[in-house]
Amino acid sequence: MSKMVEVRWHGRGGQGAKTASLLLADAAFNTGKFVQGFPEYGPERMGAPITAYNRISDERCPIHSNIYEPDYVVVVDATLLSAVDVTGGLKKEGAIIINSAKSPEELKPLLEGYEGGVYTIDAGKIAEEEIGRNIPNTPMLGAVVKVSGVIPEDEFFKDMEASMHHKFANKPHVIEGNMKALKRSMQEVKGL
Amino acid sequence: MGIRERLSGNEAVAVALKQIDPDVVAAYPITPSTEVPQYFAQFVADGQVNTEFVTVESEHSAMSACITATAAGGRSATITSACGLALMWELLYVASGSRLPVTLAVVNRALSGPININNDHSDSMGARDSGWIQLYSENNQEAYDNYIMSLRIAEHKDVMLPVMTCQDGFITSHAIENIELLEDDKVKKFVGEYKPEHSLLSGERLSIGPYDTPMFYFEHQYQRARAMVDSKKVILEVSKEFGELSGRHYGLFEEYKMEDAERAIIVLNSTAGTAKAVVDELRSKGEKVGIIKLRVFRPFPMEELAKALAHVKAVAVMDKAESFSGIGGPVFGDVRSACYELKTRPHIINYIYGLGGRDVPMSDIQIVFDALKEVVKNDNPGEIYRHVGVRGV
Repeated sequence: MSKMVEVRWHGRGGQGAKTASLLLADAAFNTGKFVQGFPEYGPERMGAPITAYNRISDERCPIHSNIYEPDYVVVVDATLLSAVDVTGGLKKEGAIIINSAKSPEELKPLLEGYEGGVYTIDAGKIAEEEIGRNIPNTPMLGAVVKVSGVIPEDEFFKDMEASMHHKFANKPHVIEGNMKALKRSMQEVKGL
Repeated sequence: MGIRERLSGNEAVAVALKQIDPDVVAAYPITPSTEVPQYFAQFVADGQVNTEFVTVESEHSAMSACITATAAGGRSATITSACGLALMWELLYVASGSRLPVTLAVVNRALSGPININNDHSDSMGARDSGWIQLYSENNQEAYDNYIMSLRIAEHKDVMLPVMTCQDGFITSHAIENIELLEDDKVKKFVGEYKPEHSLLSGERLSIGPYDTPMFYFEHQYQRARAMVDSKKVILEVSKEFGELSGRHYGLFEEYKMEDAERAIIVLNSTAGTAKAVVDELRSKGEKVGIIKLRVFRPFPMEELAKALAHVKAVAVMDKAESFSGIGGPVFGDVRSACYELKTRPHIINYIYGLGGRDVPMSDIQIVFDALKEVVKNDNPGEIYRHVGVRGV
C-alpha cells in the first residue's frame, strides 16, 4: 500500500471533534484521495472524552479498526492532556497539535516524553474573534492541514470555500469568518 | 463510469433506497440503523421518491407492514438492528413462509443483555434459520451493491424469498469512505418493476398466510427449503449481471490470495478488510496465507467452500457471535460440516471475536495466523473453540 496518513482526534462531547474529522475526510476526498472518517462510538454525553479517526491514502484502505499508531494527534481540548494518554502510539516522526493559548514549550512536559513535533494553536480565541463563537473545529482543521501537509494548501482553501458556499448558502455572512479562521490558524500554529 | 462519492454505510443504503424508490418503506428507529430511515424520510419529505413511508410503532409492525404491502403486490423494504430484528422474529418466518420478497437492511449490533449498542453479529446470526437469504458486506460499497442486488434475488420467480443485507454497525455504518454510486437510471433499470405472479390487488381470488394443515404444511416447508437451495444459482446470475453493469464482481464468497495458501481465515463483514491487510503483510514475508470472505451465508455455499479449502492445511473460522452451543459459533459449525466429505481435510478451528464492539485490530488477526502455524506444525488442532481479543483467557 502507498503511504497512508492516520490521524487521531481527541475532544470532548459537543466540541465538534467528530465533525472536524468528517470535514478533514471531505477535504481530502475533494482533492482526489481515498478517505476514512469515523468516530469511536459509546455512550456519548456532553463533556465526556471522545475519539475520532481519519485515514487518508491514494488507494482504498481495507482496514476497519481503530488507529493505534497515528501519524498525527489532534487535541481539541487541552484539559484532556492530563486525562487521556493522547500520545499513546503516536509516531515520533509525526506530531501532536493542541488547542491551547500556551506555547509548545510549556505543554511539552505534559506529553510524557513524546519526542516528535509539538504544535499549539489558540483555536478557541481565533474562533471567537472570527466566527463569533468558541467552536474550535474550523481552526483545528486548518492547523492539522498545515502541519500534516496531507492536502495542498491552495486546493484546500478553494475546496473549503466552495463547500462553505454550498453549506451556508442561506448564511453567507458565516463564510467569511470561517475562511478567515482557517487562514489565521494556518499562520498562527506554532511548532517545536 | 459511476459517481465518485464519499458516504457512510448508512448513507449508502439510504441512497440505494432512494434510487430504487420502493412502494413502501416501514421502519422503526434503532441504533445504529436509525440514520437510514432518517435520511429516507428526508427524501420522502423532499419529494425525491414516491414511496409510502410508514412510521410504525415497533419493528414487529414494520415487518408486518412490509409483509402485507408485498402481499398486496408492492415492493417493500425495512431497516433495523439488534433488538429490532429480534422483535421482528415471528414475522421473519411469516415473510419467508409466505414467499414474499421483502428486503431488509440489517446494521449489525449486539443483542442485549447486557445492553450494548455496538457491533457484533448476534442479531442476524440468530435469524439464520428464518428462511431469509443473508448477504454480508465488508464496507459501504458492498452494502450499497448488495442491497441493490438483493431485490432482484428476492423477487426472482425461482426464489421468492426475503433477503437481509448486513453490514457492521458503526464500523461501516458510521464511517465515511469513498464509494462509487451507479447513476439513478441504471439502478432503476437494473431493479426494474416488481411484477409478482400473484398478489392481493391483482383481482384474482387469493388468500395469503392462511392456516396450513398437516396435509400441506410439510410440502410448503419443503418448497421453501428448495427455493433456498435454488437461490444460489440466481444469486450468481444477478451478481454477474451487476458486475457487467458496475465493474464490481461478486460471488458467493471472495477468495483473497488463496491460490497456494496453507493457512486461511474465514470471516465476514468489516473484519475481512482488516484481515486482507494482515495477509498482505504476511505475504510480503513469504508466508502462505489467505482469506475467504463469506458474502452469502444463507444459502450456505457448502460444496464451493469445501473445494476452496481442500488444499489448505489449517483454517480458522471467525465468528462475531456466540451461539452458546458449547462447541463454537454459527459460521464455524457450517464450515466444518462442509469439509467433512473432503478426502484430505484441513484442521479447522474456531475463534469468537469482537463481541459488543470490541475493536478488532490487525494484531488480533496476526494472533490467529500464528495459532494456525502451530496447528500446522503439530498437525493437531489443539483447542478447537477459542476466543481472541477477550481479557482473562
